[in-house]
Amino acid sequence: MTTTAPPQQGSIAVAHAAHRTAKKKARVARRLVLPALIFSIVLTQIPFLVAIVFSTLEWNQLRPDKIHFNWFANYAVVFTGPDFFSSLISTVTITGSSVVLSLVFGLMFALLLDRKFTGQALARTLVITPFLVMPAAAALIWKWSMLDANVGMVNWGLNLVGLPSISWNTDLPVLTVIMMLTWQYTPFFMLILLAGLQSQSKEILEAASVDGAGPIRVFESMTLPHLRQYIEIATLLGSIMMLQVFDPIAIMTKGSGGTKTLSYLLYERAFIGLDVGQAAAFGVVTVVITIVTTSIILRSLFSVFIDGGKR
Amino acid sequence: MLVTKRTLAIGAGLVVSALALGGCTAPGSSSGDVVTLTLATVNNPQMKDMEELKGEFESAHPDIKINFVQMEEGDLRAAVTNDVATGAGQYDIVTVGAYEVPQWGQLGWLTDLTDTLAADEEYDVDDLLPAVRTALTVDDKQYAVPFYGESSFLMYNKEMFADAGLEMPNNPSWQEVAGFAKELKTDDRAGICLRGKPGWGDSFAPITTVVQTFGGNWYDMDWNAQVDSPEFVEGVQFYVDLLQDAGEADSVSVSFTECLNLVSQEKAAMWYDATSAAGILEDPDSSGVAGNVGYAHAPVVETAESGWLWSWNLAIPSTTKNVDEATTFVKWATSKEYQQLVGETLGWTRVPPGARQSTYEIPEYKEAAAAFGPITLEIMNAIDPVQPGVNPQPWVGVQYVTIPEFQDVGNQVAQLVADAIAGRSTVAEALAKGQVIAQAAGDKQK
Repeated sequence: MTTTAPPQQGSIAVAHAAHRTAKKKARVARRLVLPALIFSIVLTQIPFLVAIVFSTLEWNQLRPDKIHFNWFANYAVVFTGPDFFSSLISTVTITGSSVVLSLVFGLMFALLLDRKFTGQALARTLVITPFLVMPAAAALIWKWSMLDANVGMVNWGLNLVGLPSISWNTDLPVLTVIMMLTWQYTPFFMLILLAGLQSQSKEILEAASVDGAGPIRVFESMTLPHLRQYIEIATLLGSIMMLQVFDPIAIMTKGSGGTKTLSYLLYERAFIGLDVGQAAAFGVVTVVITIVTTSIILRSLFSVFIDGGKR
Repeated sequence: MLVTKRTLAIGAGLVVSALALGGCTAPGSSSGDVVTLTLATVNNPQMKDMEELKGEFESAHPDIKINFVQMEEGDLRAAVTNDVATGAGQYDIVTVGAYEVPQWGQLGWLTDLTDTLAADEEYDVDDLLPAVRTALTVDDKQYAVPFYGESSFLMYNKEMFADAGLEMPNNPSWQEVAGFAKELKTDDRAGICLRGKPGWGDSFAPITTVVQTFGGNWYDMDWNAQVDSPEFVEGVQFYVDLLQDAGEADSVSVSFTECLNLVSQEKAAMWYDATSAAGILEDPDSSGVAGNVGYAHAPVVETAESGWLWSWNLAIPSTTKNVDEATTFVKWATSKEYQQLVGETLGWTRVPPGARQSTYEIPEYKEAAAAFGPITLEIMNAIDPVQPGVNPQPWVGVQYVTIPEFQDVGNQVAQLVADAIAGRSTVAEALAKGQVIAQAAGDKQK
């Protein structure tokens, strides 16, 4: 049996004072946070709510006299139209392929640049450069300098070895976009994976070599498991970034040949069709898809950080 | 996440639009007695010339400065439409195409210039080409003035034709042109350069004229879509076949500028495109074929003429607070005086064509444009925008349908046809899908 001693008068007063202080601090904290909170809500949530309202309107900018509520008709157009699901497939195809290729090339460059050699700093700078180029400029570089059928360097190289020219933008539009994205995002993957490689203990690797493990065995059994968290983070962040693919589509293919991604579709509805209602509906649906996707991705990231990758 | 960012950006834009609709228009820019006008315009050579010469205007009008905002055609259309539709008032002068002017005029978005122009005898509004002026007039009110106008014709390399022993008729048929193209095609040279880049103003400008002369059109008089009709399919099939048999490489990424480069570099024997291209092709500073280009009417099948009709025009949004200053500049930039200035300063082939009858009477221009000037004027006066094809149509316009939905419809159908050009689908499959898209827009007109 246990007994509880009655509280002393003095200790109650102290507790009340502490409680009052805590409440006061919380009040001050709330006041300090409030402006930022209001600012955040105004900037992010209100436009989204406005978009939801607009998504229930029949509203083409060139028909201002015919604006009226059409409730969920715009959503019906989203889901029954010919573009939405094919755009979803295009987005997944382009993003998925670009992420995989960027990861493979990023890992190759990271392994190469992890070694010490003369000109290492220059090589790292050169490899990183594509990531620093603006996406619109990168798309132009690929469209004209690299893949143009008449003056592009890739066809010039093919001709040099006796191969015929390829009409890249006409015959292989999805591939051209994937090539451009891979070129631009490989450095991002490389940077994260290089950081992972450099955090690995060199002594342990040397010990393994001394014990007779070959380079392939060391890579498979030690380096790759060590890089797992870094690969996951790079893949997840790269996927989020590449879901935004827009510039190369607008500049290189104008949405033809299976390259119409969700963001390009949204652009078409809003800025070519000038259909505010449909664009808003596409926007709301896209946001929902993005929230679900990023929630899954963030949850995975969270488990990487919290559990150290143990799942 | 760009998807989210983009959506939010649209949301933010909508909020701005809502605020603007509530009466929060952007104030006009003025400093002291000087008014700065913002001019939104397309980034083509004629507009760049205008920017280069604006100093002359500013010297003569020290109280007015002009700020040029140049954009690619599609971006300009979206930016200006959004600005004018929401009444945001960002621009004092806008460059708008013949497609927009009648629609925007009826909506009250543009300033009526009829009386202002008529009152100025020196401006001589009656000198503007009738077909172009008609396209800019609604209910006897003129809402814009043409900066330059154009039709389309066939350009060909005379040397290549002579070497092959071929002779181009003045009014060729498409079948004849296809024959020439196949004969002139080599491994490193296209027989003909045609636009393939998807877009209602890119590939579908020439394709629509081909369809019309094959007897097809977008809609019948009751707004029933005709995109899958035999004539429409035949016209598009002909265009796609010609591109695949004798056109340029990578045609889906080719439009006006790319063809201009190919023809200038002698990598294409023929080119069917805008008449405004001739001034650039005949400029020896930028063209390798200057003096070696022949010009013929747009090829036909069932119709007597088949060129398109287009003009880039200057208009004043009704939201501007600087109507008087904007009118002064618009009149200057489209005046006879400006044309003289361009000719004397930049060269006579660079005078904006297709807007004024008197342009074709300037002795220096007649000499410089001897190869293409008379035929351009002849075609522009021969085009019938009321019925450009075989059958009557319920709108006025040649290579476009004057309804708000057409930009979207034209773009989507152009993307489908681009797949056919690339061999990923058949023309019939593409146009069957296009018919559904076009009919949805047609239903809104009924």
